[in-house]
Formats: sequence, C-alpha cells, structure tokens
Amino acid sequence: MVNASSSFINIGERTNVTGSAKFKRLILEEDYETALDVARQQVENGAQVIDINMDEAMLDSEAAMTRFMNLIASEPDIARVPIMIDSSKWSVIEAGLRCVQGKAIVNSISLKEGEAQFKHQAKLIRRYGAAAVVMAFDETGQADTEDRKFEICQRSYRILVDELGFPPEDIIFDPNIFAVATGIEEHNNYAVDFIEATRRIKAHLPHAHISGGLSNISFSFRGNNPVREAMHSVFLYYAIRAGMDMAIVNAGQLAVYDDIPLELRQAVEDVILNKDDGATDRLLEIAPKYQGGKREEVKENLEWRSWPVSKRLEHALVKGITDYIEEDTEAARLEAEKPLHVIEGPLMDGMNVVGDLFGEGKMFLPQVVKSARVMKKSVAYLEPYIERGKAAGSSNGKILLATVKGDVHDIGKNIVGVVLQCNNFEIIDMGVMVPCANILQKAQEENVDMIGLSGLITPSLDEMVYVAKEMQRLGMDVPLLIGGATTSKAHTAVKIEENYEGATVYVPNASRAVGVCQKLMSPTAKIEFAQQVRDEYVVVREQHARKRPKSKPISLEAARANAAPIDWANYQPPVPKQLGVQEVEVSIETLVDYIDWTPFFMTWSLAGKYPRILEDDVVGEEAKKLFSDANAMLKSLIAQDSLHPKGVIGLFPANAQQDDIQIYSDETRKEVLATSHHLRQQSQKPKGANNCLSDFIAPVDSDKQDYIGMFAVTAGVEEDALAKAFEAEHDDYNNIMVKAVCDRLAEAFAEYLHQQVRKVFWGFAEDEGLDNEKLIREMYQGIRPAPGYAACPEHTEKQVIWDLLEAEARTGIKLTESYAMWPGASVSGWYFSHPDSRYFAVAQIQRDQLEDYAQRKGWSLQEAEKWLAPNIGF
Amino acid sequence: MTDSTADLFRRQLSKRILLLDGGMGTMIQGYNLTEEDYRGERFKDWPSDLKGNNDLLSLTQPHIIKAIHEAFLEAGSDVLETNTFNANRISMADYDMQSLSYELNVESARIARAAADEFTQKTPDKPRFVAGALGPTNRTASISPDVNDPGKRNVNFEQLVEAYAEATKGLIEGGVDLLLIETIFDTLNAKAAIFAVEQVFEELDTRLPVMISGTITDASGRTLSGQTAEAFYNSMRHAQPITFGLNCALGPDLLRQYVQDISNISESYVSAYPNAGLPNEFGEYDLTPEEMAQQIGEWAEAGLVNLVGGCCGSTPEHIKAIGEKVARCAPRPLVKQEVKLRLSGLEPFVH
Repeated sequence: MVNASSSFINIGERTNVTGSAKFKRLILEEDYETALDVARQQVENGAQVIDINMDEAMLDSEAAMTRFMNLIASEPDIARVPIMIDSSKWSVIEAGLRCVQGKAIVNSISLKEGEAQFKHQAKLIRRYGAAAVVMAFDETGQADTEDRKFEICQRSYRILVDELGFPPEDIIFDPNIFAVATGIEEHNNYAVDFIEATRRIKAHLPHAHISGGLSNISFSFRGNNPVREAMHSVFLYYAIRAGMDMAIVNAGQLAVYDDIPLELRQAVEDVILNKDDGATDRLLEIAPKYQGGKREEVKENLEWRSWPVSKRLEHALVKGITDYIEEDTEAARLEAEKPLHVIEGPLMDGMNVVGDLFGEGKMFLPQVVKSARVMKKSVAYLEPYIERGKAAGSSNGKILLATVKGDVHDIGKNIVGVVLQCNNFEIIDMGVMVPCANILQKAQEENVDMIGLSGLITPSLDEMVYVAKEMQRLGMDVPLLIGGATTSKAHTAVKIEENYEGATVYVPNASRAVGVCQKLMSPTAKIEFAQQVRDEYVVVREQHARKRPKSKPISLEAARANAAPIDWANYQPPVPKQLGVQEVEVSIETLVDYIDWTPFFMTWSLAGKYPRILEDDVVGEEAKKLFSDANAMLKSLIAQDSLHPKGVIGLFPANAQQDDIQIYSDETRKEVLATSHHLRQQSQKPKGANNCLSDFIAPVDSDKQDYIGMFAVTAGVEEDALAKAFEAEHDDYNNIMVKAVCDRLAEAFAEYLHQQVRKVFWGFAEDEGLDNEKLIREMYQGIRPAPGYAACPEHTEKQVIWDLLEAEARTGIKLTESYAMWPGASVSGWYFSHPDSRYFAVAQIQRDQLEDYAQRKGWSLQEAEKWLAPNIGF
Repeated sequence: MTDSTADLFRRQLSKRILLLDGGMGTMIQGYNLTEEDYRGERFKDWPSDLKGNNDLLSLTQPHIIKAIHEAFLEAGSDVLETNTFNANRISMADYDMQSLSYELNVESARIARAAADEFTQKTPDKPRFVAGALGPTNRTASISPDVNDPGKRNVNFEQLVEAYAEATKGLIEGGVDLLLIETIFDTLNAKAAIFAVEQVFEELDTRLPVMISGTITDASGRTLSGQTAEAFYNSMRHAQPITFGLNCALGPDLLRQYVQDISNISESYVSAYPNAGLPNEFGEYDLTPEEMAQQIGEWAEAGLVNLVGGCCGSTPEHIKAIGEKVARCAPRPLVKQEVKLRLSGLEPFVH
C-alpha cells in the first residue's frame, strides 16, 4: 500500500470537476452541501491534502471556486488539511488564494506562456504565501522524455530560486505522467522517463518535491479497475523509491502491492518498467481475467468475540461495551471456582487496565464511566450467586461520599464515586442533603477509611466547616476530603483544615481523587502525604493572610455616593406588556436550540469550547460520542414524555429605596408586596462605580415608574426519579448523563425565558434577533442575576422570589434550608431591563454594610454573619 | 528607514530581550475622555458618535497620545506601537471616517516617532524604535457573519489589501521603523496585510522589517479562525518576519504554552505581549505588575523570547516591572529549522 511509505502524501482528487462526474454534477446543480460531503469523505479516507478544481466550461469557475473555498472554511473537519488550488486559469487560482487562510499549494504554473508570465505568477504566489506545483512544460510544449523533463524543471528551479528567491522547499515539480501500454511504441517508456527524471530532480535540485496525476498512467485500461489499480500501485512502488513525494490519487482505489496476484503484478511491472517489446501484449492478454474482481466489504470487527473470556471481559470494560456482558460474565462464572473470583480476577484486572489508561490520559472520563457501567452490570449479574457476607472482597479502601445538608447538587460527587470504584475503592454514597450527624454515624458504623464531602452553593462551605468541627469533637481521625464547585484550596486551608486534626485534603476534580485516596490508604505514603498537604496549607494560609485587597475598602456611605450613574431624569423605563405572575411551559424540542453545550463537556472533564471540541485532536472523538449520547438522551426524554420543564415569571412595579428594591402590588405603588435587599460593592473604584443591583431600578424619588421581573425554572421535577431508575440498573453513565442534560435544559430554559421576557412579556426588545451564540455571549439588553451568585450573593433572598411567584406550588421547585433549589436542575433570578444594567461581583463587604444589611433584613448580627460569610472582608 | 535602522534593530534583538510598550486602550481609558474630548475642535459637528474612536485622538488630542508614549518610554520600552490599531478604512467605517485613514496613520506615526527620537537622543546607547501597528480590522475574511450562510463574507481579500496598503503607506510616510501586523485572529486578514505590505514595498522601492503577532483566543489553543499555533506559523512564514509571536486575549499563565509552541518552531525572533490576566467581572484586568513580570520573567529565563511587553490592561508600571525581570536574561538565539514543505489547513502539515 502506498501509505507504507510514511513520507508519501495522498492528495484527494474527488473534488475535481474534470475528474469526477459526480462532483461536477453537484457543482453544476449548486448542491454545495453534498459537494462538501465529498470533500469530507476524502479527508476521512486519509487524504492529507485535497485538490479542488472548478475548470468546467459551463461554470463561472471563479465564483464556484470562491463559494466552495468559503464553505470549506466553515467546516473544521475539512479545513484542517491544506488545500491544493487546481486550475489551468490563473484568475481562478487567484480567486482560490484569496479565500484560504492556511498555506495552500497552487496547481499549477509553468513556462508554457514564457518566462515573463511565469515570473509574474510565481511572485504573486509568494506574496499570497503558497507553495506551487510547476509543470514540466515550456514554450515548445510538454516534456515527454527524461532529459526534457529534467531540463525544464532545472530551468524553472533556477529562475524561481536564484532570480525570485522562491523557497525551494515550496516547489513541487510535476514531470508529467503519461499513459503507457497504448499500443504506440513511443509511449512504452513514459513511466520509466518519469521515474528516472524524478531521480535526477531529487539528486540535483535540492529540497524540491515531485508530484503527478496518477490515473493517467493506466488510461488505456479504462473499464478494468483491478488492472488499473495494480498499475497505479506498481508505478508508485517504483516512483516513490525514486523520490516521488506526493500524487493526486483516490486513496480508496489503490491495490495493496503485496496483494496483487503474482501473474498480474509481473505483467504490470514489465509494462511500467518497459522490460521488453511484448510487455503490453502480455498484459492485454491476461487483463480480462481480472476484470470482475470484487473487494470484500468491511464488516463490524467482532474478532474479539473469539478471545478467551478474561480478555473479552477486559475488552468490554475498556471499550465500555455492555452488549455481551451477561453472556461473558456467565462464561467466566462457570470457569471460576467461586463467583467472587470473577470479580477479584478478570473484572478487577480489566478495571486496573482502565484505571491505568485513565491515569495516563489515554482514556477520558466519559469512557471510564461507561467502563464502570459494564463492571456494575457484571457484578449485579454475579450477586445472586455470591453467598451473603462473602461479597466483601478486598477493596483498596472504603470511602463515604455525601453532598452536605442543604445542598442538592451531586453530578460531580457521582463522577468521583464512579472513578474511585473503577480503581477498586468501595463507595458508600449517602446521596444529597445529608445532615452532619447522619454522615458521621454512618462513617463510624461502616468503619470507613475516609469521608468525602461535596457541595455547590456557598452555604455548603459553612456546613463543611461544621462537619470538620464535629469530627474533631468526636475524636475521629479518618481523612476528610473536600470537593465541589464552590470549594477551593484556599477555603479548605483557611476555614476547614485548622478545625480538624485528621488529614484534610481539597480535591479539585475526579481524576485527582484517585491519587489522593491511594496515598491516604497507603500506610507508608499516608504520613508523608498528609504532612505535605499540611505544610502546603500553612503556606496557603500565610499567602491568604498577606494578601491585601487589590483596592482599599471604603465606607458604605462613600460607596453609596459612588453608585452606578444612571441619568433617570432622561430615561423612561419600559412598561411591561403583561404585569403579574405567569406560568410558562415549553417543550424540550424548543429548549434544545438554546442549550449552551460547552459547560456540559466541562462536567465530563472534557476541556474545549463547543462546537470546536468535537474536532479536537485529543478529546474530539470522545466528545462526539458524548454529544451523540446526550442527544439520544434528549430524544428519549421527548419520545417517552418523561420530563416536563416548568417555569414561572412575574413582572411587578418597583422602585429602588437606596440599596433595597420595593416591589409593589400594582401601579398605584401604594402597597409594598415585598422588599428585595441588595449588597453594594465596597472597594475603592478609581474608574467605575460601586455597583448595587438596586442602582438599575429607578429610585422612589425619581418619579419614574420602573419595574422588576423574577423567574424560576426547572428542567422537570422528574429529574431525580429518572436518575434513580438508571442507578437501579447499575447504569452510572446514564445516571450522570440525565442529570447533566437536565442541568443544560434548565439553563437553556432560563435563556429562552429571558428572551421571551425581553421580546414578549416585558417587550422592550421586540425586534431582537440574536442567535444562540450571541445569547450565550449575553449580547442583549438587561440582565438576570441569580441570588447566590456574584451580584446578589445572599441566598435567602430567593425566598422573596418564591413567595411572589408561588414558585413551589406552580413549578414544584423547593428551597432547602440552605436555599438550594430542588431538583438540582433549576435556575432562578431577577430581571433588570435597564440598558446599563450589568453583572458585577459584590465581593468583600465591610462591617458597616453588614450591620446595615442585618438591620434591613431584621436579622441579628450573628445571623447576618452566617449568611454573608463568603463576602465578609474584615 | 535606512538599512542601518533595520540592522540596528536586528543587532539589538540578538543582544538582549527588548521591551515593547503596553496597552494603549488601557491608558486612554485612564483619561476618562468625553465625547467632546474625542471630537476636539475639528470634528465638533461630525454626524456620528466619536467617543471610543481611540485612533482619532492622534488628531484631536495628540498631546495625550504622546504623553502615553512617553510614559512607556520612561518605563523602559524599546519599541513603541503607533496608535493605529483601528486606523484602516474598514474599521473606520464605524464612524464614517474612511477618508481619514491615511492621515490617521501618518499623524500617529509622527507622534510616536517624535517621542521615540527624544528618548533616543537622551540615551543614544538605548535606541528606541517605532512599530507601525496594523490591527486585525473589525471584520473577518474567513468567518461568515451569518450563521445561516456559512459561505457568506462581509469583507474580502481585495478590500483588506486596499485598506492595509493605504494604512501601510501612511505609516511609512509618518516615519515608522517597523511594521507590526498584530492581534491576528483571522489568518486570512493577516495574509491580506502581508500582501498589501509587500505591494507597497515594491511600489515605494523600500523595505521595512515586518513583525507578526497572532492571537490565540481561548484555551482551545487556536486562533478565532480555528488554526493551531503551528498552522498559523506556517501560513505566515512567507512574510519572513523579523519577529513572530502572540499577543492579547490571554494572560501570561494561559499564553505560556503557545509561546512555547511558537518558540519551538520559529525561525524568527520570538515576541509575546499578553494581557494583564483575563478580564474580571468588571472587564478590568487584575494582574499586578509584579505578578505579570514574574510570569514573563520566567519565559525569559526559559529562553523563549526576544521581545516582550503587554497588551490589554498593562500599564507603564507593568512594563517597568517586566523590564527589570528580563534585563538579566539572555535573548532566545535564532534557530534554523530543517528545510521542509510546511503547509497548513487549520492544522499544520509538514513534509
């Protein structure tokens, strides 16, 4: 096969209207979409460069070249390879060069029209930054003999390199491949002429390359593809050895040199190498014999099914294939002395391979989770056969995992559990919203080796501190692991670790968890590791203590004096089209278009921006599979009608009263329905304002009638039940998948609803026409900050939204004691309409604001400190 | 520019790590200019809003632009960038100021020239250079503005060549020493810039050293138009740039690996001027001069760079701190690469 020579370049030839009738028809009919498929297939089939040619009398070739090149630029799976711009018309070549950002190859220029034109074109090619195919063609015609071929190439080379400073490595000579075995005696030596000219060029014209159009050589055997393919292979076999670097070929239509029947190969070699005068006749004589030869179809490769059962199990685990797992588990059980040995033997061995591959970065998280699914299904199959009490095999350690009280988020925790199980840890997963006492009681009952706590919302940080203090009080000494989106090394070091004498370790992600747990289980490594972490946290604490705020704190009074400058006198707030509370239902189909997929891939530890991640060198393939599984999940949720997104919005008259927002029952603005309390940035801002969300609502004394909106949405209250059903089937992959998909749907719902509010319900941007990309980039008027996040970090304010919207009754979304929303895939927030309203982070507040806020909320200072802990800057 | 200035620049680059300036936009923001300031006397009746047209300040507030240049020179910058990031007729269309493009380039170049010459006179052993900045324009030749029609373009190669040629002539007229094609997020735009620059060189029978600086837009490690660092290098190599490197979009921590990539393959001197971190929630850049200098200092110690500075968010304090860190480090020596056919699509292909 040609590829045997790794230094040989296959140039795809199918996107050429002169060579492919199909491509020509597609272009003439302007079916560019299918034409792009042709290009894509070539790249998929291994073309390293694609040749594009639009030379057809019926076409506006320049326009077709421009259009096709621009379309290719938008297709990353085609545009990843360099392009060969192929035309006999210079204007078409230039049209192509003006559309290509990569370094392309021009095919071709020559001395055919004289030196002046040749130089002019070469100079422009250099200016466009392309390489060039130079044909062995001069003023007197196309070179046929070895000497003529070499002489023209040498003359071209000297002009290009010596006179124009053209880089020699950017010159690709095409010394003309002509048909052999035509019956005309003078043609018999054409292949030899090409091969020998190639050898001379390579020897005498340093760094230049050699290319050619391969199919010409076999022109006289049109209709007999097996013979043609054999001729191509044999020709390349010798030409590559002489120095040919690349050829325009149909990569799918080359015979493997060693597979050509000996008789045919011999006859073809005699023709190519022009061994004697009878060569052509001999090939003509045997050619009909090979005419009908068909190739075998490629079938799904099931070779692994013939392997020994332990290897089959390993293969199924590594590839995540569940199709045969029960059958193979049964076979392994029959072979084993005891059913438990299947787990301890082949299954553990297979998972060790998975663990190693993951550790080496050769497998990615979604694959590992699929492997775990195979493992669990196999274990579930074996369980009835295993005697009670004997199931406790030797694990690497027993770990309790829980999402702390008040918090419902568990995707990350579930992933950590799966990854640890893959590495032979026993996991006791207590689920979500687990009170401290239950965690510690279970830990002691089960005599666990370590405890892992997870949380996503800020109040969970305090709960973790509480758990650590309780562990200390109870005299426990098992290691405590801290993880989850809101946790950090700094918080663990500063707030948690000092409260507990046992090892306390922050674990940033699932792949780190394995190493940390293994070290903590090793009697030798544990002490050293624990000390190392302790020392590291001492440094983190010192750094934290030293860290001066970037800008100085200022008094609340000064901050209020520097509020966001909005000229209310010259602004008329838009009046909502519909005031009051409304329930909104929307189909999953509608929401799919609003999904921001990038965070979905982050959930699965695949880094990269959607859609580009699908083409990523490293994770692209896994990302594609994951994406297709997510879409399958969406389809099934739609088909089975098993998830019902629900939302509710409310729009009310409102005015700002300093840092509070008064929400009124109606336009008379007499009755205050509720007050929403906000926090103000309190660090010195040399340029900007000290923002508070209330700044974006017209103040009471402005005499302007302003409004505020609020919303709560969920992907569906069915989320937990759906996830649990997968869990029951030992399907961790889909358990995590359904939650990750729900999570995206909830965010998509928030995006969709916000758009509906801007365009319809509030209606201040009726003509807005933004695509999803622009929505994700927040290129619209107004904001929707969520309580608990940067601009309004205090979680209890969600209660105002819940009361006004009757959110629980209308949507089923509940608030926990920490003001987390259940189900986890829920989003809530405020709507502000002012064009200058923007997201910001309140960040650190000072004592005067804490006191002021406590007083406004009717809280004790202690209560205020508890809820504002993450923002206290003194 | 005489041959000797080009040679002088080359010699300086081989001797020590040179210092570029910092973020012009960042500095202008600090002046809190009003619409009236932008308009000045000359454009007080101009029909469209002009606030934000930073390039125009070279005509309406030249003393401010000069003061910013001087602040950077004072901080130790060896190379100044002209205030011409958007001074081309494509970007200027936002303000209906296409007709001013040439003048903007001439005047901006003159201001930087004057500032640089004053400092060179003071310390002749530390020559200061002026790089004429050719920005990316506000349109992309490789990317469709319409999601429903991926083949559509709102600017083409010829229009870009025309705009860049005009800007280049203005910069040369104004007396720049170097040309800097920068913040390249679409390689095709930059290829048009090179085409235009070469065309102008031929027309004026002159030649200035050309510097190339691309932008890796996010952690995917690619330009906005989708090329990897090496593919981008292969696409731009024909400019035979004196320096090749990256700027903007990322802070030094995230940019480092791509600077390393460029340093591994570049046959030119290597330049890098990152942002002062990523913008925070307020769109401000948080990285302190010390932090930024620390990280760029490490690049210098690792032998990756020849020319460093700052982009968005970097101030004279940043430049000064960076200068102090890199002063004692040896510049990256020029590297010869194996002679090979270096093609690219979105990815490199080397044969």
